Amino acid sequence: MRDLSMHVLDIAQNSIKAGASLVEVAFVLDEAQRLTLRVTDDGCGMSADFLQRVTDPFTTTRTTRKVGLGIPMLKQSAEMAGGTFAIASTPGEGTTVQASFDLTNIDCIPMGEMCDTLLTLVVLNPDKPDFLFTAEAPKLQASLDTRQLRAALGDMRLNEPDVIQWMKESIDEEFKPILEVREK
Amino acid sequence: MKSLAELEAIRQKTLERVSVRKEADDAIRVVVGMATCGIAAGARPVMLKFLEEVQRRNLHNVTVSQTGCIGMCRLEPMLDVIMPGKEKVTYVKVTPDMVPRIVAEHIVNGRPVEEYTITAAESK
Repeated sequence: MRDLSMHVLDIAQNSIKAGASLVEVAFVLDEAQRLTLRVTDDGCGMSADFLQRVTDPFTTTRTTRKVGLGIPMLKQSAEMAGGTFAIASTPGEGTTVQASFDLTNIDCIPMGEMCDTLLTLVVLNPDKPDFLFTAEAPKLQASLDTRQLRAALGDMRLNEPDVIQWMKESIDEEFKPILEVREK
Repeated sequence: MKSLAELEAIRQKTLERVSVRKEADDAIRVVVGMATCGIAAGARPVMLKFLEEVQRRNLHNVTVSQTGCIGMCRLEPMLDVIMPGKEKVTYVKVTPDMVPRIVAEHIVNGRPVEEYTITAAESK
C-alpha cells in the first residue's frame, strides 16, 4: 500500500464483508504528530483461533486465492515506522483494528487522499453499513455520521449525485484541515 | 459549515426525478473491484473519476458499486460495465485517464472500448 488512505479503505472493507451495520473510523492526531487510526465494527467478529492467525499473510477468508495481505501490510506499515498495531475481536460482536503512526518518522508512508477514501466508502456502500467518521487534532474536530444523513434524506440513497457532492464538500471542509497531507 | 438542512433541500429537489427513474429499465451498472488487490492497484481514483464523469454528463441512469477480489489480481484495477440486455464488459488495468473514453463511447454511445477490455488484454 502506497499510503495510509489506501490502508483505511482496505481495512474498512473487512468490516463491510463481516456484515457490520455500523463501521466507525476514528483518527486522533496528537501534538507530537502521532496518528492513531481505529476501525471498529459490529460485524461477525473472528474466533480466537482465526484472530491469532490473521496477521499471517497466508490467512484469508477469500476463496479466490490463498493469501490475504490487507492486515499484514497495515501491521508492517505501522511497525516499520515506529508505530503500533493491535486487533481485537469477539465472535458475534465485532472487531476493532487499531494502528498508530509516527508521522515524523522518515519511514512512515504518506497520509494520501484520506478524504477520498472516506467518500468512497460511503458512495460504494449506499445502503449498508452506516459509517461514523471522526477526526481529532489539537483544537480541531471533525465528524460525519451517515445515520444523521439518512434521517435527513428519508428514503433517498446516499449515492445520489447531489448527496455525493454534499458529502464531498462536507468531508473536505471538516476533515482536510486535520488529515491533509503534511510536508515533512 | 455544511448543514443537514441542505440535505433536506436536496431531498425535495431530487424526489421527483428519483420516482421517475425507479420505473426506468435503462439502468447501467458500473462495478469496481475493491479488494486489497484492486485498492493497491489504484481502484479508488478510477472510481472517483467515474463518479465525476457521470455527474458532469448528468447521467442519471448510472450507478457505481463495488465487488471483491475475483482472482485476477494482476489485471487490477478492473471494472465491469453492465448494460440491460447486453453482455457484461470487463475492463482491465484501468487508469483515471481511460475513464472519460469509457463513459463517452460505451456508457453514452453503447460501443465498448475494445482495446481496454479483458479480451484484448488476454489475447496479447
